Amino acid sequence: MKNQTEKSNFEKILEEGKFAVTCEIGPPKGAEIEEIRAAAEELRNVADGINVTDLQSSVMRLGSLTTCHLLKDWGLDPIFQVTCRDRNRLALQSDLLSACVMGIRNVLALTGDYTTTGDHPQAEPVFDLDSVQLLWAIKNLEEGKDLAGNELTQKPSFFKGAVVNPGADTEAAFELQIIKMKKKIDQGAQFFQTQAIFDAEVFKKFLERVRKENINVPILAGIILLKSEKMANYMNKFVPGVFVPEPLVKKMEGTQDKVSMCIEIASGLIEEVRPYCAGVHIQALGWEKHIPAIVKNFR
Amino acid sequence: MVLTEFKPVEELLIKLKDEKKIFILGCGGCTEGANTGGKAVLASTKEKLENEGKIVTGVMEIDFLCQKALIRARIKPVLDEIKNAESILVFSCGIGVQSTSAVLVKVCHPALNTITFGGITGTWQGTERCDTCGDCILDYTGGICPYTACPKKLENGACAGQSNGKCETDPERDCGWELIYKSLKKMNKLDILNKFIPPRDYSKILPSPALGKTRLWALDEEEII
Repeated sequence: MKNQTEKSNFEKILEEGKFAVTCEIGPPKGAEIEEIRAAAEELRNVADGINVTDLQSSVMRLGSLTTCHLLKDWGLDPIFQVTCRDRNRLALQSDLLSACVMGIRNVLALTGDYTTTGDHPQAEPVFDLDSVQLLWAIKNLEEGKDLAGNELTQKPSFFKGAVVNPGADTEAAFELQIIKMKKKIDQGAQFFQTQAIFDAEVFKKFLERVRKENINVPILAGIILLKSEKMANYMNKFVPGVFVPEPLVKKMEGTQDKVSMCIEIASGLIEEVRPYCAGVHIQALGWEKHIPAIVKNFR
Repeated sequence: MVLTEFKPVEELLIKLKDEKKIFILGCGGCTEGANTGGKAVLASTKEKLENEGKIVTGVMEIDFLCQKALIRARIKPVLDEIKNAESILVFSCGIGVQSTSAVLVKVCHPALNTITFGGITGTWQGTERCDTCGDCILDYTGGICPYTACPKKLENGACAGQSNGKCETDPERDCGWELIYKSLKKMNKLDILNKFIPPRDYSKILPSPALGKTRLWALDEEEII
């Protein structure tokens, strides 16, 4: 077994208090991996950790665990995203043990989008555990027990993350995000990546509240690269929990050079939030090759 | 008929741990048929609670608790006793607990687990839905069932998919957790949300073959040829 108790690169960066950059790879729909290999190469010198999405948007694809294993083989530090949508507690615990054996240390626990948002709306939504319970399950495994209380032959060890939405738009939704964030920390979350933010003020207000609650877990601000006004409108309409303000949509509309505007918007947002958080999580959605230009602006 | 079974007494005492004054409310509908309700059950529960040092501010039976209009009509004589109590211990199916919570704006502890709808769902006519999961946690969720009000069956709070209080699955559907939050806020019990709820015990969801039969099982199985 690979030595999985050793700290990951991403974990060390956060521990040393360096401004962390994580990026994201979405596995392909099919058995061809050249595209993600190329994306991974673009990220090699800019990302401290690379999230691998778990059937993102409820679309059937190559698996997160296998893709994490590939990244590891290519000398990169993967962050294994695990959602509760497709697996019950047996399969979730089993996949976590598999990750451990493959030397994958970073795990991000999520609820997962609902099945009807994806390309198999007929599929049964599992949600046997929720994201807080998934973190609890990981904690149990680390203590050498499965959820039924049975002993494991060897304990795994993970660097555990979770997600929070700073832009929840009703009182109930916002308060529930804070309450759930604290529950996640109680169950072992060691870092947070946020849902995509497009408004630095919303993020700062969220952080003010987080400080008031004495939450000191490192938070990475989520940044999605905006490729076009069409994409912004699409996300506003169809992507749960993401909202692009009108001025940014207008900015995209008003330019021919979408790439430069994309870099400008992302860099501007990062510049604004940088003093307040532990790092950024950049989701490029195919534009990985433009991330170095953004990172160069602050590193 | 809705079939229910008693929650273990230990579980009830944990639920009532921090409370002194309790009102007992029983459904005179299906629970009597399932032997989980009726005047004798309510009286012996009162005695048990008093032996544990609790003050029972009142006991009442209403048939049927799934009828919100009936609760409103019948509850008036005991409103002071209910106001005087910190919570209500409810002997009914999950729908009765939900409708009681909604009408009385008070934490309602389910005293029973709902096992199965044996054919007819009481006289229920409202929007409440019970999953007959056999592991009722309605007192932790403001009397709104997280298993039927939230498509993801989340137990520890909303996901990030809600928008303006609506669910990511359908802009017409209320976010179940938005409703749970508002209900607990109305009860002045938001602190309940800080409690970690462990995963549901799905081994309880499958009723025993005897309980799973319909009310008409004898006729169903009669050999006529």
